[in-house]
Parts: sequence; structure tokens; C-alpha cells
Amino acid sequence: MQFAFTEDQNLIRETAREFLSERASIAQLRKDVARPEGHDPALFQAMTRELGWAGIALPESAGGSGLGMVELAILLEEQGRCLYGGPFLASAGIASALLLESPASESRDAMLSRLASGEASASAAITGDTGRADADAVAAELIERDGQACLQGHASFVLNGHTADFFLVLAHDRRAGRQGLALVAIEAGAVGLEIHKLAAMDLTRPYARLVFKDTAGLAVLAAGGTPGIERGLQIAQVALAAEQLGAMQAVLELTTGYTGQRVQFGRVIGSFQAIKHRLADMMVLCEAARSAVYYAACVVDEYRADPSTGAQELAEAAALVKVQCSSGFHDVAGNAIQLHGGIGFTWEYDTHLFFKRARATMNLLGHPQQHRERIASLIGLDAATEAT
Amino acid sequence: MKIRFTAAEEAFRAECAAWLGEQISGPFADIRGIVSQTFRAEQRMEWERALGRARWSVIGWPEKYGGRDASLAEQVIFAEEYARSGAPGRVGHLGTELAGPTILHFGNDLQRERFLLPIARGEEFWCQGYSEPNAGSDLSNVRTRARLEQGPNGPEWVIEGQKIWTSLAQFADWCFVVCRTEEGSKGPAGISYLLVPMKQKGVTVKPIRQMTGDAEFNETFFDGARTRAEYCVGKPGEGWKVAMGTLAFERGVSTLAQQMTFRNELELLIGAARANGAAKDPLIRQRIAEAWVGLRIMRYSALRMLSRATSGSLGAEALTYKLHWATWRKKLGELAMDVVGAPGELCTGEGYELADLPYLYLFSRADTIYGGTNQIQRNIIAERALGLPKEPRGDR
Repeated sequence: MQFAFTEDQNLIRETAREFLSERASIAQLRKDVARPEGHDPALFQAMTRELGWAGIALPESAGGSGLGMVELAILLEEQGRCLYGGPFLASAGIASALLLESPASESRDAMLSRLASGEASASAAITGDTGRADADAVAAELIERDGQACLQGHASFVLNGHTADFFLVLAHDRRAGRQGLALVAIEAGAVGLEIHKLAAMDLTRPYARLVFKDTAGLAVLAAGGTPGIERGLQIAQVALAAEQLGAMQAVLELTTGYTGQRVQFGRVIGSFQAIKHRLADMMVLCEAARSAVYYAACVVDEYRADPSTGAQELAEAAALVKVQCSSGFHDVAGNAIQLHGGIGFTWEYDTHLFFKRARATMNLLGHPQQHRERIASLIGLDAATEAT
Repeated sequence: MKIRFTAAEEAFRAECAAWLGEQISGPFADIRGIVSQTFRAEQRMEWERALGRARWSVIGWPEKYGGRDASLAEQVIFAEEYARSGAPGRVGHLGTELAGPTILHFGNDLQRERFLLPIARGEEFWCQGYSEPNAGSDLSNVRTRARLEQGPNGPEWVIEGQKIWTSLAQFADWCFVVCRTEEGSKGPAGISYLLVPMKQKGVTVKPIRQMTGDAEFNETFFDGARTRAEYCVGKPGEGWKVAMGTLAFERGVSTLAQQMTFRNELELLIGAARANGAAKDPLIRQRIAEAWVGLRIMRYSALRMLSRATSGSLGAEALTYKLHWATWRKKLGELAMDVVGAPGELCTGEGYELADLPYLYLFSRADTIYGGTNQIQRNIIAERALGLPKEPRGDR
């Protein structure tokens, strides 16, 4: 047991920070989101093809580097610091996790290879227009038409959906004799698939809505509501939380810097307890999130090493990390606006970008309230009343 | 970064569990699960001696001082198994967690030889002489003073002054006293860290009754109390550094044991919620889940803190730790009362006897005060971790 980063892991972080500070500043982000892609494709290619980031946690057999969730979390945390909005989280964080937890098959392994090499990006379509993270929210259906499996319905809140090369779609399995949820892969160019980019409050990362009209040409990766889908989503929560952690740390630093310079009443406002104490509370949230993310990343690696014993702890850690990072990030970003005063409310200043990212990621993969309810069940609050 | 324990460490876990289980279900069954610091103190001092005899009292210390040179992982494991066994709160903790590590780290060989083994063996108990009526949050304002005098067996410190909130002073053999040894000095300069015997004519202990009804802490008066000149840890006049070092040990492995107590409290609360139906209330469920999250995170932060301890610097996780747990436990106390409802307002017996959860509710109001109030913690975080300007003083 050594709950501290290795030399190699520190090096990964340093390299990533250096690269991103050069190529992915928030000033650059503001320009990149205005592109039709919503991000800079050359930057994403550099991250994936040159630096090999997309395959960092993928097995070497798929062309990845065979490292783990801790390393991937480091990369996501660093991307969160600059609110990077390209398809890395969607593809390497979420879609890859779902693929890895799906039963091995030729088509799955081919998809993993495409992601590892950076040749393609993928996104998960796992909820409908409510955006909630439960089976009821899934609005896509897997049906059979003329002996062929195809998709009906829609999916929404698909991260970077309009630039993804393929999708992993969660759908109710309505084929004869089937039930539960199925995970289906479909290419972006499939006939009968409409992709609409959505205008969203969060300016840093685009969403798309997918409409399925007898969309065929798909590969069924998992069916019958296999636990693999749930595990994949849990691992995705850890990835998202790592990104949130980086963002909340960055907005804390932004705010500390500002309050350490802004002078009112003849002294920097960061010398007033009203400001200092709120910043201290923000730091408590950041450190709590950090402990949660690093631990949860280790839990993912332990689970992957031994799925038979790690599943319960994974379920707990994934819910916990989503609760802590989502609510923590929102609090910290909200306080950042308050402590900046008027300038914090402007379009020009960066605080609102963090705040809006916090809101968008709060709902993504399940609202904290939903995850707290999951935790309540996991820790035995559903059990029959006991006499004491 | 790894969280898994090795097979050897798991074997060590089995060894701890076996010994603890045997003791707590056997000879020490009467003191199982006691949280209050003073309840059945005599038996618990016997328990400290039993731990010492089996070399379980201070496993992280060097073997020659009664420890086992245990690794961090082993200390984590022991803390977990200690709590799982239902063993009681440690009445020797001021010696094993604060005085001992301070003497080990800042003391000299004479002091280490004299004091460490009796602490490890549960033969001598300690208390902490820090706060005074006019030096609470502003600890460097201490007025208790000591001067060197020639005694019958060589030079001695003679101590005059008053300490307050001295927990467990009524059972203590020794006190580590922060006092002023340079006439006219102010603030951190001129302070010394003295080790003073409690069982002597010049020391008077008066219990203070707390809002819980217990009298766990005391006023301690030093009126010409004496200790040998060489029982000063660090150089005379340079005790502030030592005093702050002691506080850093509060963030050591003992935090894990403390968390286990918290875990037992949360489990008690969950049991109560299931029994009275509160567990069905969606808002209560949210709050219990939140408490569970906060407790888990405490554990992860402690592991981060301990994993870096070798570097000697306090990381951000260490500086934020006290504020996190104190705030958490106060909320837990409130949640406990909301779960229990009105029955929690009734005493379980005469003499202000309270059930565990209502007791927790009251006691947790102290958590955000002792060991540095939440407000002082926020100053520390803002100044040391975030680099913001220091608070101005009104008097210097």
C-alpha cells in the first residue's frame, strides 16, 4: 500500500501540463469552441496520435500502452485544468471504459484499436432527453426489422457527438425473446442516423442529440443488461470526476491569484477573513475531491486486476467520486464568481466557463442526488427494519 | 500509487485480529466499545498495560522503545483491526500519539531513555499543557512561566501558572507544558517545552464539567511545581517549534483510529435509522449517504497524508484535514438527532446519562473548537496552503 504517485506518474503529469499549457490555454479554448468541430482537431490528434494518450489505459494487445486508470486520471485532471473540450473524455474516458467492460469480440477489439491509435473517436449515447442516468431515461430501442437488428428512438447529451466517428448506444432490447439493456456500436455515417449539434449553456464542450430511424449496420456488444455495462459506466464516472478535479483546482488557483492582487480599503482583499475563509473552504473541497479521485482510480485498477472481488468497492467508489467532485466543483466555481465580484460575472472573464462546465458535468453520468440514493442502497438503508 | 495490501500484510492483519479479538471478548470484555474518555479509566489503563506487554501499544516506534518498527501499511491495518474488535478509546493516547512522538523526534537520548518505554508499556500517562485562560487560539500568548533554580539534586525548572482544558490530567503522571522561560519575551520567542511530573505538591488539578455532563478536562495549576533542568525538549526558549511539531503528530496514524470510531458512530446511526423507519425518508437517505462519502474521503485523505509523511512537509491534504473531519462530525451529530427524533432529548438515567447518539451530538460541538477552531484552521489553510496574507495582530 503506497497511496502516492510514482516517479513515472509524476512525469506523465509534468509532460501533460507542459504540453497543455502551450497548446490548450483557456484563451485558445475560446477560439476553438467557435470552430465547426467545437474543438481543434489538430490538437486532439497530437494528444492521441503523437503522445499516445488515448491508449494510455488500453491493453497493449489493442495498441495501447497498458497502463491504468491512475495514469488516465492524471491526463484527465490536467485537461480539466484548462477546461479542454475536445473528445478525449468522451472517447478515452467514457467510450473506452464501456468497450473494455464489454465481452471480448472481434468487433470490440477492432474498435479499441481504432481508439488507441487515435484513428477514431467515439462517444457514448446512454441517456435520452431527460439526461438522467438510469434505465428509464434510455430512449433508444434495439428492434428487429426484416431479420435485421436496428435502432429506433433517440439519445441526447452525447458528448462531442457531432464529431464522433462511432457511437456506443445504450438501448432497450426489444428483439424477440430479449429484454434488458443492450450496448450497441454504430458508425456515425450509418444510414438512418441523424446527428444534431445542440446549443448548450456550457460553452466549453458540445453535445449532440442522435435520432435513430431504423438505423441498421450495428454491432451488438453486450445484451441482457450485463453487469459489464454498469461497470463501464462506473469507471466512466471516475474518469469524469478526474477531469472535474482538475477544473476545480484551476478555478481555485485563479481565484486565489485574483484575491491576492485586488486591492480595496487599502489592502488586498485576500487578507480579509471573509475571503480567506471562503477560499479555505474551497480548498477543503478540492482536497476532498482529490483524495476521492485518486482512490477511486486505484479501485478501478484493482477491479480490473481482479473483477471477482473488486465489484462492490467499484460501485461504491464510483458513486462517491461523482457525488464529491460534482457538488464540490459546482460550489468552488460558484464561490469563484462571488469572490471575483462584478468581473466574475462577465462574459469576458473565465469564471463563468468553469461554473457552466460544473453544471454540465453535474448532470452527466448521474446527478449527485441520484448517486447518493445509490449509496443509500449500497450501504444497507433499504434492508428490512431491524429491532434494536 | 497502490491501495492493495500484500499477502504478508494480510497475514499481519490476521495476527492483529486474533490477538485483539481474544482480549476484547475475554479479559477486557467489560470495556468493549467505550468512547467516553473517562469511563472505567482504571480498567482502561490496565488495557494500555496489556497492549504494552504484547507490544501492540506503539507499533510504529523503534523496537528498543517498545514498538515494532511497523510499516505504514501495518499501522493502517492495526488501526482498522483495533476498531473492528470493539476495543475502547485509548486513554494513553496523549502519551502514545503526542508526547512520545515529540520526544522521539525532538528529544535527546536521555529523554528518550527515560520516557519512551514507560509510555509504550502503559506505566506512565500524559496530559497536554497548552491552552491557558488567555492563550486559546492565540497559543503563543502563554503566560505560564518557568525559571531555573538550584534544587537538592541539581538545577530544576520551577513553574508558575495555569493551564486549562487539560484532558485526562486527573489520570496523568506527566504533562508537557508550554511555558515562557525568558522574562519579558512575547509571542513564539522565549517559550520552552518542559516535561513536568504531575504527582507533586505544586500541581493542582480541578475538573471542569462539560456540556456533556462529563468532566474529562480540567484546570491545572502550577504553583512552584518542579522538574529537572534536562527535561526541556529542544533548547530553552526554542520550544515553540517543538510545540508545533507535536500538533503535526495529531495528523498522524492516530487519525485512522479516530476514523474507526467515526465509522462505528455512523453504523450506529444507520442502525437507528433502519430501526425507526427514518431510513425510508429520502432526505435522511441523502444526508446519510453524504456522511458516508465524507467519512470515506477522510480515510483516503489520511492515507495520502501518511503516504507522504516521510518527506516531512505537510501537504494540502494535511492542512485541510482537521477542518474536514470536525465539520463532518458536527454534521453527523445533527443528523443523528434528526434520525433519532424527540426520544433523543431524553436522558437514559439519572446523573445526566445520555445514549450514545445524543452524547455524540453534544460532544461534536467541541470538535470544531479543540485542536484549533474551524476559524483558526481556515486562517492556517489560507495562509500556509494558499499563501494569502497573515492576520494582523492588535498587540505587536
